Amino acid sequence: MKCEELLKALNDYVDGHVDPAVCEEFESHLAGCNPCQVVVDNIRNTIELYRSGVPYEMPPEFHDRLRQRLKSKWTKVFGARKE
Amino acid sequence: MEPSTVDPDHELVVRAKSGDFSAFEQLVALYERRLFATVFRIVRNREDAEEVVQDTFVSAIEHLASFREEARFYTWLMRIGLNAAFKRLKQNDRNPRTVSTVADSGDSYADIPHPQFIAPWRDGPVASAERKELDELLGRALGELDEKYRIVFVLRDLEERSTAETAALLGMTETNVKVRLLRARLQLRERMTRALGDESRQLVQHHEHSPE
Repeated sequence: MKCEELLKALNDYVDGHVDPAVCEEFESHLAGCNPCQVVVDNIRNTIELYRSGVPYEMPPEFHDRLRQRLKSKWTKVFGARKE
Repeated sequence: MEPSTVDPDHELVVRAKSGDFSAFEQLVALYERRLFATVFRIVRNREDAEEVVQDTFVSAIEHLASFREEARFYTWLMRIGLNAAFKRLKQNDRNPRTVSTVADSGDSYADIPHPQFIAPWRDGPVASAERKELDELLGRALGELDEKYRIVFVLRDLEERSTAETAALLGMTETNVKVRLLRARLQLRERMTRALGDESRQLVQHHEHSPE
């Protein structure tokens, strides 16, 4: 496997969906290719960073404010049309 | 519309289009939390996320009459929401960049751009960078991605949907989803590594070699 071919299989490898035969080739390439190893690590770190942070629940008071705003918008758009 | 699927929200959409606010409210109730969570991951603060979610539903009301159900309601809503979120990021960006460097026209593996800046990240970049700075960096990098790659990245890597689900939501093939996700991840890797990589440990990739 060349670096070029490794790129194509990168996602499946990072997501753990790679076919076992390809996985073996992939890992033997990585063992001898430091740049590719670092690219794989960089990608994992990047995804990790985007997923990090505390998931934020929608604030309950926002739910009510949103309803009021949408109701008034709805009346403007659909109320006007029905007349 | 994606082949052989009917939008589960079709009936609610039809009722809403005829002026039934309670049907629209049901659609809001179905998707507001999910939209909020995804938008929050992009804009990364509560006030902006609330405004973006509100703008999204307001815009959905304004354009409901012209929604032709060629995509599922949720996909349509998500696209409006993502556009609103990225518009907000641009407004907030104190260091706007004008260049988008990587050429990425196709949906094939043929011309996938090679990684340019390859280096391990500096130790503990997350700990050392101010969280706020890091959030701005993440938002800016995502904002600079071409929209067709960004939406795939958001659905696959932020919403953690499968390739098949993403393909169905966007009405494209699984192969296209995979290629776009690869381009998105590589571009984000490039930008994050330029910002967080340790220059003194930079490596060069020899594209032709085949280590055995």
